[in-house]
Amino acid sequence: MSRRDVVVTGLGATSPLGGDVASTWDAMLAGRSGVRPLTDEWAAQLPVRIAAKVAVDPSEVLDRVRLRKLDRSEALALIAAAEAWKDAGLADAGLDTERLAVVVGSGIGGAQTLLAQDDILEASGPRRVSPHTVPMLMPNGPAAYVGLDYRAKAGVHAPTSACATGAEAMAWGLDIIRSGRADVVIAGGTEAVIHPLPIAGFASMRAMSTRNDDPERASRPWDKGRDGFVLGEGSAIVILESAEHAAARGARVHAVLAGAAMTSDGYDIVQPHPESEGGGRAMRAALRDSGLTGADIKHVNAHATSTPVGDMAEVFGVRRELGDHPVLTATKSMTGHLLGAAGALETIATVLSVRDGIIPPTINLDDPDDALTLDVAMHKARQMDVPAALNNSFGFGGHNVALIFHRA
Amino acid sequence: MTREEITAGLAEILEEVAGVNPEDVSEEKSFTEDLDVDSLSMVEVVVAAEEKFGVKIPDDEVQNLKTVGDAVNFILKG
Repeated sequence: MSRRDVVVTGLGATSPLGGDVASTWDAMLAGRSGVRPLTDEWAAQLPVRIAAKVAVDPSEVLDRVRLRKLDRSEALALIAAAEAWKDAGLADAGLDTERLAVVVGSGIGGAQTLLAQDDILEASGPRRVSPHTVPMLMPNGPAAYVGLDYRAKAGVHAPTSACATGAEAMAWGLDIIRSGRADVVIAGGTEAVIHPLPIAGFASMRAMSTRNDDPERASRPWDKGRDGFVLGEGSAIVILESAEHAAARGARVHAVLAGAAMTSDGYDIVQPHPESEGGGRAMRAALRDSGLTGADIKHVNAHATSTPVGDMAEVFGVRRELGDHPVLTATKSMTGHLLGAAGALETIATVLSVRDGIIPPTINLDDPDDALTLDVAMHKARQMDVPAALNNSFGFGGHNVALIFHRA
Repeated sequence: MTREEITAGLAEILEEVAGVNPEDVSEEKSFTEDLDVDSLSMVEVVVAAEEKFGVKIPDDEVQNLKTVGDAVNFILKG
């Protein structure tokens, strides 16, 4: 490993499948769905009444006084970051915090705070609006709070690229370490917008599944019956570290972040390019960045959100850029779509697939689309040697991010 | 209202807003240094105190309220 190599030394998550990485990963490998009916009173009027809420509410983890100053997206990020920090063994590592950076983004940000405080403004007037409102709703809030918890002084950044945000955080983290601006980067994404307004907005776009009577089967990437994504919430954070720094402190390495690339479509504000032109360019550029070839990539953790156009476009792109050998999976079939946290949660799944030689299943793929010409780990987890894998994330706005991990 | 009743009322607010143990609240304690109330939470304390005690605490007065006793004096005057 060269001194410029970047390794993953810590993993943290709170997701619809579990309150930490271990429980999330166990549920993924078992093929469990985190999608449930929305029983909140406000959901009754909506065309979409299913979602994947976090399995462990932040109120079970953080104390009441801390929570009242945090947007839910910030609370989730702090929980995931704490697990990643501990997992990396950084608590007692005597880290130089001037060499510690944070890159944590969100797709939508503090929308729940914005809407709740607007209700207070309307009902009770401006003086009752919380003085914590701005740090709760600002898009850099989660990154800033994570930075404060660990006293990060090498820069705190908050990329936003909709559903590619969590993956973009990894790409920026890789750049920061390679360029020598930090030794350690806390990188990831967070999202908490299970609220009537964002749901109504996505539903008006006809982007969401309306399979309200069968929540666990609603997210079905590549299946002929797919009818849109299922909204999830949660956060996933990893610790990226220069290989040199990790080796010097004897850290355990989960996997190597070998390459990354970010491209933009220049095509449409929300529609994916039907042949994944921009996504394909990201995959190609990430390969070049990693020094690997398409033949080296044995597995792709796909973006596949369960939408009619996007799912197949990605398959065409993978086939064109990598070949017809990679085994695909779509973990959103189980987690739902965590928007700005999705790429980070799927980073963790990809890292664990590489490390442990097992690919989590794509559930609900009962009747595969005729154009699905690649091998998918359907229904059941698949044990196989995965020396290197690629993770795709694409976002509204035409953002494409491809990440490549290989075994340590 | 007595000084003790006002102090007890402030202690309730401080517990709700900033998680301060009511037993730690006494007149000589500084909000920021002894009770660890940050600047934004202090704004919340002020707004809650205005409601609870039916007084108006102008923004330029807030900086003079360093200790719990300062706040008790102001509320008694109001």
